[in-house]
Amino acid sequence: MLRYLGNRLWQSALTLLLASVVVFGGVRALPGDPATTMAGEEADPATVAAVRAELGLDQPLVVQYGKFLTSALTGDFGDSVRTGTPVADLIGATLPVTVQLALYAMAIAVLLGTTGGVLAAVFRGRWPEWAANAFSLTALSVPTFWLGILAVLYLAVHLGWFPASGYVSPLDDPLRGLHHLTLPALILGLAHSAVVQRQTRGSMVGTLTADFVRTARAKGLGGRAVVFRYGLRNSLVVVVTVVGLELGGLIGGAVVTERIFTLPGVGKLTLDAVFTRDYPVVQAVVLVITGAYIVINLLVDVLYTLIDPRIRVSGGTR
Amino acid sequence: MTTTPAPADEAAGPLLHIENLHVAFGGNPAVRGADLTVAPGERVAVVGQSGSGKSTLAHAVMGLLPGSARITDGTIRLAGEDITHAPEKRLRDLRGRVVGLVPQDPMTNLNPVAKVGRQVAETLRTHGLADRRTAAARAVELLAQAGLPEPERRARQYPHELSGGQRQRVLIAIGLACRPHLLIADEPTSALDVTVQQQILDHLQTLTDELGTALLLITHDLGLAAERADRVLVMSQGEVAESGPARRVLTDPAHEYTRRLVAAAPSLRAEFRPRTPAPAAEPLLQVEGVTKEYRLKRGAAPFKAVDGVSFTVARGRTTAVVGESGSGKTTTARMVLGLLPPTGGAITLDGTPVAGPGAVRGSGRRAVRRAMQPVFQDPYASLDPMFTVEQLIAEPLTVFGVGDAAARRSRVTDLLDQVALPADTAHRHPNELSGGQRQRVAIARALALSPSLVVCDEPVSALDVLVQQQVLTLLRTLQDDLGVSYLFISHDLAVVREVAHEVVVMKEGRVVEQGAVEKVLGAPEHPYTRKLSGAVPGATVGVS
Repeated sequence: MLRYLGNRLWQSALTLLLASVVVFGGVRALPGDPATTMAGEEADPATVAAVRAELGLDQPLVVQYGKFLTSALTGDFGDSVRTGTPVADLIGATLPVTVQLALYAMAIAVLLGTTGGVLAAVFRGRWPEWAANAFSLTALSVPTFWLGILAVLYLAVHLGWFPASGYVSPLDDPLRGLHHLTLPALILGLAHSAVVQRQTRGSMVGTLTADFVRTARAKGLGGRAVVFRYGLRNSLVVVVTVVGLELGGLIGGAVVTERIFTLPGVGKLTLDAVFTRDYPVVQAVVLVITGAYIVINLLVDVLYTLIDPRIRVSGGTR
Repeated sequence: MTTTPAPADEAAGPLLHIENLHVAFGGNPAVRGADLTVAPGERVAVVGQSGSGKSTLAHAVMGLLPGSARITDGTIRLAGEDITHAPEKRLRDLRGRVVGLVPQDPMTNLNPVAKVGRQVAETLRTHGLADRRTAAARAVELLAQAGLPEPERRARQYPHELSGGQRQRVLIAIGLACRPHLLIADEPTSALDVTVQQQILDHLQTLTDELGTALLLITHDLGLAAERADRVLVMSQGEVAESGPARRVLTDPAHEYTRRLVAAAPSLRAEFRPRTPAPAAEPLLQVEGVTKEYRLKRGAAPFKAVDGVSFTVARGRTTAVVGESGSGKTTTARMVLGLLPPTGGAITLDGTPVAGPGAVRGSGRRAVRRAMQPVFQDPYASLDPMFTVEQLIAEPLTVFGVGDAAARRSRVTDLLDQVALPADTAHRHPNELSGGQRQRVAIARALALSPSLVVCDEPVSALDVLVQQQVLTLLRTLQDDLGVSYLFISHDLAVVREVAHEVVVMKEGRVVEQGAVEKVLGAPEHPYTRKLSGAVPGATVGVS
C-alpha cells in the first residue's frame, strides 16, 4: 500500500510538471499582450517595451519558464500584472471560498443524489422513480444562472431567508458563514445531484438484480439490509467516481454561481485575470486547480481500495 | 417471534407439498400445473433443460420469483402451512431458517465486498441464532463442516480470493447455517470442474444426511439426478413430464421426453458411438513441445500455463484436448490459432511453420489463418448482435475477398443447408435464434472458407443436452462429408467420447496421457484420467 502511494505521488508530481508546461505555453498562446494592456491602448511603443522588460516578457520563453517554475516551487507565483498584489495572496484569499462552496455543494449533491438514486432503484417503475427522474431532469436542464436568479429573488429578497450575496469567513463567524454559503451551495448542489442520482440509480439497479442479492434474500435478510448493505455498498465505487469528477469541476471555479452571489472565489479571480491577460494569475490558478484535481483523484483511488477489496493493490496489507 | 413449523410434529405429512402450481411471467406461463412433494429428509431431483421451469419452481418455493413473475394458481405448503401468498415478513422468517438455498454460480452469488465469514454469520444473526461474537466463531465451524480448508483464515478473506469450488463451499455453509428442514440446491455444481463437482456433491449429501435435511436438487443433468436423488421429477416446458424413483425413471422412462433425454445424455449411454476409423491419415497439425510462460512477479519463477505439450491432428480426423479449468487446454488452442505467441516449441499446419522457429509471416500467415477457423464456447457472445446471419457467415469471405456479392450469397445458402438451418435464417439476427441455432451459425461461419482445420473450444458446453447431441452429430456428419479436421477442446469426457479419434488429457499445463479414444477412455492408465472418468455424473448408474 505504501509503495503504491509512493508511486502515485511520484506520478502526481510528474503530471503537475507537465501541466505547468501546458499552462505556461497555453497562456502565452492566448491572443493579446499584457504589456499593452498595462500600458494602455494609447501608449507609445517605447512605453510598452519598457513595461514588457519590467515584466520579464522580453526574455526567451525557456528562461521565462525556468523562472516561473523555480519561484512557483517556493510558492511564489509572482505579482498580479493588474493590481501588483502577490498572486499567492490572491489565491490564498479566494481558494478557501471556492473550496468551501464546492464541498458544501457536493455534500448537498451527494445527499440528494444518493437518496433519489436509491429510491428510484428500489421503487423501479413506481411513482418514487418517476418523481426522482422528474426532479433530476429538471435540475439538469434548468440553467444555474436562472435558478440562481430565481433563488435570489424569492428566497433571499422576497422571503429574506438567506442573504442575497456576500461572503463571511467561517473563521470570523461560522454560523453566518454557513448561512451566506447555503443558497449558492444549494443551487450548485442541485445541478450536480442530478448526475449523482442518475449514476447511483443505474448502478443500484444493476446491483439489486445481481445473484448475490437474491442469495442474501434467500438467507432471510430484510429489505433495508439488502438495499444498503448489499445494494448501496456495492454501488459506492460509482458514486465516489462521480463525486470525484464533479468536485474537481467545482473547484475549477463555479464561475457563474460565484458571479450571481458575488462571492470572492477562484472563479471570479480567473475570469478577471483572463480578461486582462494577467499571465501570472492565470498560470497560478490553473496550476492550483490541476493540483486539486490530482489530489482528488488520488483520494478517489485510495477510497476505491477501501470500498472494493477486489481493487486492493497487489502486495498490499494482507 | 413467529413460531417455526416443526416438521417433526408433522411426521405424517410431507415437508413440502406443491399442488397444481402455475407461475407466469407477465402473460407467459413458466410453470404449468406442477405437483411435487418432498418428505422430511428425502432427496428429490427436478430435472429439465433451460426454460423448463425448474428454477422458477424452486424460486416460487422461496418466494423469490423475479420481477414480473407471479403465482397464478395452485398452492405451496411448507410443513402444512400454506405459504403460496404468505406476506414478505413471514417468508423472510422462513428463508434461510426453514428453507435454505444453495445457488448455481459461485462466482456471482457472494457479496464481493464482504468477507466470507461475515456472509455466513449474517444468516445466523438475521434469524437471531447467534450474537455478533458467537456468530463469527460459528461461521468458522460451519465453513469447516462445509469442507473449506483453513476455515479461520478463509473466513477473513473476500470471495475473489477463493476458487470456484471454495466459494461453492461457502454457499453451502450459508445454505445450511441455520439447519434448515429443506435445502434447495439450484444447479449447485454446474459451474465447477467434474472432480470438484463430485467432492462437493458428496459433501452436500453427507451434511444433509447428518442434519436430516431434505434436499430439493435442481439440475439439467439426468445422470447427476439419478445418482444423487431418491426420486426424480422430469420437467419440460413448464409441466412435469414424469416422476418416480430415480433408477426407474432412468432405466424405464415412461414419457417420450424422458426417453429422449436419456438417449441424448452422453454420460448415460453405455455403448460407444465409435468413430468410423478413418484410414490412417498423415498429420495435418503438429504441435511440438509447445510452452507458454507468464511472468507473474519480477524475479519469481515464471508460471507455465502450458508446459512442453506435443500432439498431432490427422487429416479428416478429430483430436480432443481434455482437462479441467486451469489445465492449459484453451491456452493451447489459442496458440494453435495464432492468437497467442508460444514461449517455446513449434506448431506446423500442413507442413507450414505457424509458430516457433521459421514461422511464416505476411501473406503466408494470412493463408494459414484462412486454413484454420475457430468455433467458440458461448454462442450468445461470439456472434455480433448487429449483424444478420448472412453477414456473419459471409464475413470471412469478405475479409479474404472471396467471390463477388452474388457468389458469397449463394455460398451462405449452401452453408446454411450444410448446418441444417432453413434458408430464411439468413436475414435474421442472432437474438432471434436459439443457442443451438446460433452455434450452427458459428459452425457455418467457420466452414465458409473451407478450412482444413476447425478449432472448437468447448463448442457444446453452453448447450442443453438434446441440442448438444444434435450439434455433435452435425460436427461428425460435416467431417465425414468434407474431410475437415477438428481440434476439439472440452472439459467433458462424455462429449469427447462422441466426437474424437484421439484424446490428449491435460493437467496443470502438461499432457498426462494421450492416444486413441477407445484406449485412453476405455482403459485409462494415468490416475488422473481415471479420476476424471469416475467423476462424470451418472457414470455409476450407467444404463445397460
